[in-house]
Amino acid sequence: MSAPIAWTPARAAEIILSLKHLDGACLPILRAIQAEFGHVPPEAVAMVADALNLSRAEVHGTFSFYHDLRAEPAGRTVVKLCRAEACQAMGGDALAERAMRKIGVDWHGTTADGRVTLEPAFCLGLCSTAPAAMVGERVVGRLDETTLGRLLDAAP
Amino acid sequence: MTNLFIPRDSAAVAVGAEEIAATAARRRGVTVIRTGSRGLHWLEPLIEVETPAGRVAYGPVGADDITAVLDAAIAGGAPHRLRIGKPEDHPFLKRQTRLTFSRCGIIDPLSWSDYVAHGGGKGLTRARAIGADATIAEITASGLRGRGGAGFPAGIKWKTTRDAKGDNKYIVCNADEGDSGTFADRMLMEGDPFALIEGMAIAALAVGATKGFIYIRSEYPLAIAVMREALGIARARNLLDGCDIEIRVGAGSYVCGEETALLESLEGKRGQVRAKPPLPAHAGLFGRPTVVNNVLTLATAPVILADGGAAYAKHGAAKSRGTMPIQLAGNLKHGGLFEAPFGLTLGELVTDIGGGTASGRPVRAVQVGGPLGAYFPPALFDTPFDYEAFAAKDGLIGHGGIVVFDDTVDMARQARFAMEFCAIESCGKCTPCRIGSVRGKETIDRIIAGENVAANIALVEDLCATMKAGSLCALGGFVPYPVLSAIRHFREDFEP
Ligand SMILES: Cc1cc2nc3c(=O)[nH]c(=O)nc-3n(C[C@H](O)[C@H](O)[C@H](O)COP(=O)(O)O)c2cc1C
Ligand code: FES
Repeated sequence: MSAPIAWTPARAAEIILSLKHLDGACLPILRAIQAEFGHVPPEAVAMVADALNLSRAEVHGTFSFYHDLRAEPAGRTVVKLCRAEACQAMGGDALAERAMRKIGVDWHGTTADGRVTLEPAFCLGLCSTAPAAMVGERVVGRLDETTLGRLLDAAP
Repeated sequence: MTNLFIPRDSAAVAVGAEEIAATAARRRGVTVIRTGSRGLHWLEPLIEVETPAGRVAYGPVGADDITAVLDAAIAGGAPHRLRIGKPEDHPFLKRQTRLTFSRCGIIDPLSWSDYVAHGGGKGLTRARAIGADATIAEITASGLRGRGGAGFPAGIKWKTTRDAKGDNKYIVCNADEGDSGTFADRMLMEGDPFALIEGMAIAALAVGATKGFIYIRSEYPLAIAVMREALGIARARNLLDGCDIEIRVGAGSYVCGEETALLESLEGKRGQVRAKPPLPAHAGLFGRPTVVNNVLTLATAPVILADGGAAYAKHGAAKSRGTMPIQLAGNLKHGGLFEAPFGLTLGELVTDIGGGTASGRPVRAVQVGGPLGAYFPPALFDTPFDYEAFAAKDGLIGHGGIVVFDDTVDMARQARFAMEFCAIESCGKCTPCRIGSVRGKETIDRIIAGENVAANIALVEDLCATMKAGSLCALGGFVPYPVLSAIRHFREDFEP
């Protein structure tokens, strides 16, 4: 995944135009906007509503439902740590606590220097190589405090 | 020229397969072929070399072992500490019956000729030859039940959709795979994507659908990439028979795996559960008759059509016919994918095949069927793995995930987590699920704090009865399974 670019309504309009022909286009467009800009600003919600002939409330309703979509930019690297059962069985909870202490944030928090945002995930499909995480789009398994610490330190 | 097979499955990539592939690609005289995973995940990264006597495997290949293992492999499968020998002779694979996963880990997932050389395409060819009604009859005869969790007979669903009137119809593949402890859908999409495409083409032919969607969760970027590429190849080869397939990506919502929430999400809306009726088979996506099936259900259709429903139905136990790709996860020595006919006992799966815990401590609890599945104590290890046998023990097999915990687990915390998860993921449409889960979590917190324990346990049991009876879907309706099983089998963890 390439780094998000700064928000411009013109680029957002291009994205909307390229996807609005899809059936049920709202979610694919919101996802594409977030992929491009790293977040979905309120202005984008309004643009999507206009383009799809929906009310802003409807588009906002879709936007606000999904955990992946965010109104504010995240840190440069989003780290998704798995909190689900198979990872719990391999010490995932303790690992998450140590990670939070190390970078000084809680779930959904971003470090003061804007490097890392920590998000919970509920299973990454890596349950046989637990505990697992995603760093950006990179999947990592069999994590321990050392390897996770190294990944957090290496985040740009 | 030496052929090296290195998985590009997420579980292998997560533990270092990319580094091995990159190093191997720099060796002279070596062709690197990326495959799916064989499913022996404790041995990942597991690499294989082609020799005159067949493939020879090595694993788990850690970062420090890469050079030496590559040397041994390229020397014709020479000895090394990590040499496993022929993968198909490994007991973990030898004991399996691979029907849905027959090619996974062996072929290049994006090679159509590999696919065909390993039996791919025969199912669709036969479906075309025998026509829609006979195709549905084969699926019905196979006894195939939905692998997504509910276990509904696939043949009946297809027949209902075929008989429904609509100007167009849809095939929707549920690849949302949200259950903790499960990864079979992901493995299949990454390791044998054409099987899913072929299965969807068969389903489309059977019910008369003109469009298909694959709804893949966003947590699976690699599966999304492989499926996209595979679809491009299928389209270019005109394999889709006038039923185009489109991939849609989820946005981090567990409840969107519920079929009606998934349809809402595909329509671009909030993933809120719909009241049934109408069934999706009558009025599903955009109000049209729609088949919603799990990845494994659809990907099993080709082998059923190729070999006949009766051959598939020969496997299995009681009313659970065929094989189940069982996913062994959590604190297990031998985690991975184990496809076997229904009927093995839970104890065989956890102890013999899974090898007991990875930590070496005693097994204390096993959660079967995802976050909405019951926790089983070792005392119930004689339960055979089939739909009805698990239901009889107040559990479910769901999508086939088995998550093992050792004796350090605190079952009151697991019960609390089940409620917390339900509260986070509730779609909010019905009160028992939305409010009940929050109250449930708070009440379990009080139990953990030692407040009025007996009365609060009774309160949780009461609340579970309400959620079970009054929730719109199985999120709120099934969260009582993990909670009540934890209280019932591990009551000591709730008492001060
Ligand atoms: C909360 C919830 C989550 C679900 N998640 C999934 C899922 O991720 N994948 C899936 O195939 N089925 C899931 N299901 C089951 C589906 O509703 C549905 O039964 C299934 O997709 C039908 O396909 P099948 O008959 O092939 O299993 C879920 C159900 C519920 C209640
Ligand atoms: S439970 Fe953590 S990856 Fe599945």
